[in-house]
Amino acid sequence: MTAITETHRPNLPKPKSTASRAHRLAERGVDTKLLMLLPAIVFALVLFVYPFSYGIGLTFQPLPEIQNQYGGGIFANYIAFFKDPFIFDSVWITMRLALPVALFNVIVSIPIAFKLRHKFRGKRFMSTLLVLPITLGTVLTAQGLLIFAGRQGWLNRFLMDTGIISQPLPLVNNYLGVVFSLVISGFPFAYLLISSYLSGIDPSLEAAAKTLGANWKQRFTKVTLPLLAPGLATTFILTFVLAFSVFPSARLVGDPLGSTRVMALMAYRSFAEQINYSMASTIAIMMGVVELIVIAIVLLGRSFLYKGSTGGKG
Amino acid sequence: MSLTASAFDTLELKDVGRSFGGREALADLNLTIRAGEFIALLGPSGCGKSTALNCLAGLLPLTHGQILIDGKRIDVLPSEKRDFGMVFQNYALFPHLSVAKNVAFGLEVRGVPKAEVKRRVSEAIALVKLEEHAKKLPGQLSGGQQQRVAIARAVVLEPRIVLMDEPLSNLDAKLRLDMRTEIRRLHQSLGLTTVYVTHDQEEALSLADRLVVLREGRVQQIGTPTELHNNPANWHVADFMGYRNLLDMELTEVSGTQARVSGHGLSLVATLAQPARPGDTVRMAVRPHDLNVVTDHTVTTGRNVFTGRVGVVEYQGREFAVEVTTSTGQRLFVHAETAPQVGDEVTLVLDPARALVYQQSLDANVSDEERERQVLAEVGS
Repeated sequence: MTAITETHRPNLPKPKSTASRAHRLAERGVDTKLLMLLPAIVFALVLFVYPFSYGIGLTFQPLPEIQNQYGGGIFANYIAFFKDPFIFDSVWITMRLALPVALFNVIVSIPIAFKLRHKFRGKRFMSTLLVLPITLGTVLTAQGLLIFAGRQGWLNRFLMDTGIISQPLPLVNNYLGVVFSLVISGFPFAYLLISSYLSGIDPSLEAAAKTLGANWKQRFTKVTLPLLAPGLATTFILTFVLAFSVFPSARLVGDPLGSTRVMALMAYRSFAEQINYSMASTIAIMMGVVELIVIAIVLLGRSFLYKGSTGGKG
Repeated sequence: MSLTASAFDTLELKDVGRSFGGREALADLNLTIRAGEFIALLGPSGCGKSTALNCLAGLLPLTHGQILIDGKRIDVLPSEKRDFGMVFQNYALFPHLSVAKNVAFGLEVRGVPKAEVKRRVSEAIALVKLEEHAKKLPGQLSGGQQQRVAIARAVVLEPRIVLMDEPLSNLDAKLRLDMRTEIRRLHQSLGLTTVYVTHDQEEALSLADRLVVLREGRVQQIGTPTELHNNPANWHVADFMGYRNLLDMELTEVSGTQARVSGHGLSLVATLAQPARPGDTVRMAVRPHDLNVVTDHTVTTGRNVFTGRVGVVEYQGREFAVEVTTSTGQRLFVHAETAPQVGDEVTLVLDPARALVYQQSLDANVSDEERERQVLAEVGS
């Protein structure tokens, strides 16, 4: 095409563009305003990309005793991770905590977000109460749990004094204690996310389903749930990741040598007690890998769902 | 066509009212709808027309009154048991379901056998001419197509009544005209009883068998399009029916329904549309079409002839809408066959029969039908 036009008008100079420089750059896909992202990119490189690659590098420098015990040269740490049942079991221990907690947070948030969707007196108070635990640190939550639900805590003392139980209920320093702490810290996130996804669904869709004769169960399963499902998947991923990386509460209100010997604890143990930085890095990297596998599975399932506009304000 | 409307004789709204936190959005709505009728609820935004429709649909509970079908109360039934079809302003199509699935939704939740669902769905889709789009998602359709899906979804259930909430307001002007014809055609061929909410008087006049004009939650007038168009019950209805010129004048003489009004430097002969006494300040309503610019100067001897200066001229295809300013500065909207020049002095003629005189106050006025009902109620009690 250009060749033809050029032969037709051989002497005409190429017309000079009158557009601004920014416009001409934009036409070639260059947005100069993106330069403002530079500080953020530097930050990400210095504080995330470099330490992360350094950590990966560390995993390939196993200590001599690990190499001697498991062999495999620079992969000795990874072989140790899979072969040492004490380390590898922590994957299942962490899963056993994180999966039920994430599921619980998501499933319980749905009806609550549903109920709190409509206007009513005291709605602000209710939602504040539900979201407030976000402001509590994990350590504070753990401390609170110990005081409230410990062997000598208020709850057990009350139940024993009223004669309902004769032995204090083992609510903390075990699996349950960590579950409580993870629900307290994870639920507000799940609730906030799900209620915002829910407000993104046009209420007239439900009204339409109603006039078409659908009862509340049919409205939920055929209209609301399918539209909410992608949001539920995202919420599940977020609360799962939060729960999977549990560390302080596993130590403070859990049973750190038994049922709550989570991966983060194992990494810490290698790092601080065994002074084995490369093994600690390996466990940390494997934590990320396990999380990525779960996220990939959930996202794969999500890809089969409808994710377009839901017509609401969201 | 095997799609038909379910049978009933009358739908009756008795003193229907709805308030929101002490504020009345709708009050004393009395209306009897006969099967097969096309009723339009008309009024400006906030007049309670959508509230009335949502009350009918069961999406809003009533605070007063009853809704009866053939004498049986239905306002106590939940929305899903009323068997009404509803078409929403924003279509409210299920975005995750295909067109065919959207249309099938109501049949499926009712547990209609699969083969019948398939037959009725394809019939309904054919009715709105969307056969080749049946497998698409609503997001892939244009606004007009989405609206047709919404209509198909409502009529496939063969509902007792179809409720439409400003179904055309999100469409562009041309599509709106097309869909208007389509809705009228559907109504004629299926005989569906329809209650249609709109703020567009032209739409209401062209579609409905009877119109209900609402203002601030109260009925102003119920009547056929011709009744409302020619004889609005009060100046508010007149305003809504396109009587763009509303002039506050003094009533000087009354003889029968003939009246002489003066004000704004004019003295005109008009027709009394509401009872009033000489000396009252009244409101005169005139449509632009009844106030004509005459170029032929021989008619200037007749009654109701006055002059004004041309301010704005709008071409409307075949004719002109002109804004004229009288000697006292009152602006009038008039009609002209040929384009006058801006700034020219023109002669205007007003037909006395088409200059309607109303009381200024709206609250004192109750429509004839309403008054009759009150008298009957008093006699009855």
